[in-house]
Amino acid sequence: MAMRTAISSRILSRAALPGARSMSSWWRSVEPAPKDPILGVTEAFLADPSPDKVNVGVGAYRDDNGKPVVLECVREAERRIAGNLKMEYLPMGGSVNMVQETLKLAYGENSEFIKDKRIAAVQSLSGTGACRLFADFQKRFRPDSQIYIPVPTWANHHNIWRDAQVPQRSYHYYLPETRGLDFAALMDDVKNAPDGSFFLLHACAHNPTGVDPTEVQWREISYQFKVKGHFAFFDMAYQGFASGDPERDAKSIRIFLNDGHFIGISQSYAKNMGLYGQRVGCLSVLCEDEKQAVAVKSQLQQLARRMYSNPPLHGALIVSTILGDPDLKKLWLKEVKVMADRIIGMRTALRESLEKRGSTLSWRHITDQIGMFCYSGLTPEQVDRLTNEYHIYMTRNGRISMAGVTTGNVGYLANAIHEVTKSA
Amino acid sequence: MSSSSSPSDRRLSALARHLSSPAESPVAGVSASITSSDVGSVFSHVVRAPEDPILGVTVAYNKDPSPVKLNLGVGAYRTEEGKPLVLNVVRKAEQQLVNDRSRVKEYLPIVGLAEFNKLSAKLIFGADSPAIQSNRVTTVQCLSGTGSLRVGGEFLARHYHQQIIYIPLPTWGNHPKVFTLAGLSVKTYRYYDPATRGLDFKGLMEDLGSAPSGAVVLLHACAHNPTGVDPSLQQWEQIRQLMRSKKLLPFFDSAYQGFASGSLDKDAQSVRIFVADGGECLVAQSYAKNMGLYGERVGALSIVCKTADVAGKVESQLKLVIRPMYSNPPIHGASIVAAILRDRNLYNEWTIELKAMADRIISMRHQLSDALRARGTPGDWSHIIKQIGMFTFTGLNAKQVAFMTKEYHIYMTADGRISMAGLSSRTVPHLADAIHAAVTRVV
Repeated sequence: MAMRTAISSRILSRAALPGARSMSSWWRSVEPAPKDPILGVTEAFLADPSPDKVNVGVGAYRDDNGKPVVLECVREAERRIAGNLKMEYLPMGGSVNMVQETLKLAYGENSEFIKDKRIAAVQSLSGTGACRLFADFQKRFRPDSQIYIPVPTWANHHNIWRDAQVPQRSYHYYLPETRGLDFAALMDDVKNAPDGSFFLLHACAHNPTGVDPTEVQWREISYQFKVKGHFAFFDMAYQGFASGDPERDAKSIRIFLNDGHFIGISQSYAKNMGLYGQRVGCLSVLCEDEKQAVAVKSQLQQLARRMYSNPPLHGALIVSTILGDPDLKKLWLKEVKVMADRIIGMRTALRESLEKRGSTLSWRHITDQIGMFCYSGLTPEQVDRLTNEYHIYMTRNGRISMAGVTTGNVGYLANAIHEVTKSA
Repeated sequence: MSSSSSPSDRRLSALARHLSSPAESPVAGVSASITSSDVGSVFSHVVRAPEDPILGVTVAYNKDPSPVKLNLGVGAYRTEEGKPLVLNVVRKAEQQLVNDRSRVKEYLPIVGLAEFNKLSAKLIFGADSPAIQSNRVTTVQCLSGTGSLRVGGEFLARHYHQQIIYIPLPTWGNHPKVFTLAGLSVKTYRYYDPATRGLDFKGLMEDLGSAPSGAVVLLHACAHNPTGVDPSLQQWEQIRQLMRSKKLLPFFDSAYQGFASGSLDKDAQSVRIFVADGGECLVAQSYAKNMGLYGERVGALSIVCKTADVAGKVESQLKLVIRPMYSNPPIHGASIVAAILRDRNLYNEWTIELKAMADRIISMRHQLSDALRARGTPGDWSHIIKQIGMFTFTGLNAKQVAFMTKEYHIYMTADGRISMAGLSSRTVPHLADAIHAAVTRVV
């Protein structure tokens, strides 16, 4: 059928003016791409007319009225920078000011590594951009390396390292039976990986499970990494958002730094400053000395130059304005704690709601897990029932975005979960 | 830790800490010998990359203490006072955004701000474009021109059957690097004729004529960078016919719409004659210069397809390129552009400010040309006013350029390109002196 149509259109158009009309599309063999699973959830939610609908899909913070939030410190920063006389290009490595403040958050306010200029760091397009730059850098300078990725992880991690053409391996992480960390299997995977393997670690508030190693477990992991000479790349997308205390949330990184590892870090301000759409983040790589840091940074800049030349200005200005002003920084820390506390409060409320309804299943994991997400343990079929019967939207892996839970909907949510799981 | 200790002192004491204490597992109490992580970084072999030639000019300029220094390197617009310019319409649009408390900063969709995409397509293809009306165009917001080129290049590397792109000689230094990293192989076609300081049209037609069928061809929509040499409309028509007959795929880089002639429609003519013939093409748009939004990284990639169905499929594949790069594009700059393009008053104001910038540059061209004539500088300098857009390809060689930098503190790229936007009535005489000296004293 398609063939006949193609032939007849060629015959028809032969009489047309010289030009392109006689050609068929270059792209006729292009397949429609599958929809992004996470972002597709919000699309479906928006299309649903039900007044009871609940969106616990995408990980963007909501207040207790279910509304998105612009932090006061951000509004104030924007007021100050509006009327900015310059919109010139940032350097390829981004705002030096913003990067410096950002490194302090990850490495510590008085970090010797910052003092000694041993960190190669560039402003990146949020966390995604930082991971992608690192993956491209890894491919370029360690072409024989591969990346070990936890199971499960944020789906886009796989896309990033795949597009960078770095082969992927997986390591055990989540144990469904306990809805907690599969520590023994994780350690086995670390030990069995070839020496000098590259590992992707979630610094805190693991996405999608909310399951983090304890401090003791982190020390064990760090020790084993030393034995094996592994490279640790930390994706830290939720600093401050997990416990409410940025210093505490950076503990895993500090343990590794103390143990002498040369780590890499992706940092994002999407959630903890609510700057989602501004795409602000930072990629850093700890080096042996200043000279090496300069070399590594120059190479990271080259990669950025080929992708977007230099990073966007606005978000970086917001971050530097806030972190550079002690009062604004204090306000930010307060606002981050409010967000984290609300989420922790909703975890407690959801668990209690379920237990109150007489659910015989264990819902401990809801409060054991940390950060924006809860890996509920719901099966895809149960998730489908929640969506079809109760208009509750989440990803089919059972991940609940706690940020979408409010005092207004927690009862409804608990009831629905109880209904679809009580026969389980 | 004493602040008077040096970095190497601190490094040594950190190493000593690791070596002196028994390297014990925190849990098992088992010692381990010195591990490979104490040996060094896995990236210790990485060498420092060479300075970007264009951006490196500004770095050198900044270091120069001379009061008469002149930066004619990077193509960022400067006022007559030598200051960067934020357009009034941009200020107004930004203020609107700040005052709107209902605005949130959530993630944009992967393809960016929908309204921005529609308005950008209208801007380049024309509001009444049949291609837009039949939904044959997919437009995705990208990070300025660079980002649009990279996303387009990656899409071609994955889905297009002929993975070669022909770029003009010369072209913007970043073009070959962007396309190479996108996965395309890069070839060149003749473009600039040093003898005439104009277009080597014969060479261009020959090279495109002998390109393999289906190859991609990068075309500068207007105000060619770095030469300022553009084909005439008649020449564009001949290029179009040749390309269509050889099934060569056009990829337009439109970084200066409105900035070249002062007219947005005129500067889009090359793109529009290709779209009018019903064929397919890619277009990368940038708002860096024409809206002065440089640092906000605002741009768009449009792919004009044969049918709406194909355009839909193409868009879905573009998302797969974008998501693993940066997930979704930055919101601020696109919001400003949309605010301006959607509002008739702001749009009109913008066209006036844009024309003023273009006119000032044309005026600089005339002033420089007059100044060289007044000095009796040897050679034909008419190309200064024949060329168009932000840059002039002076024809000066690298030795002459180095001389001008050393003796006259003029900063420009070694290929002889000068950014006219960096000139003012006040500084034209100094540049004219420098060129005169270079041409008469350095060969």
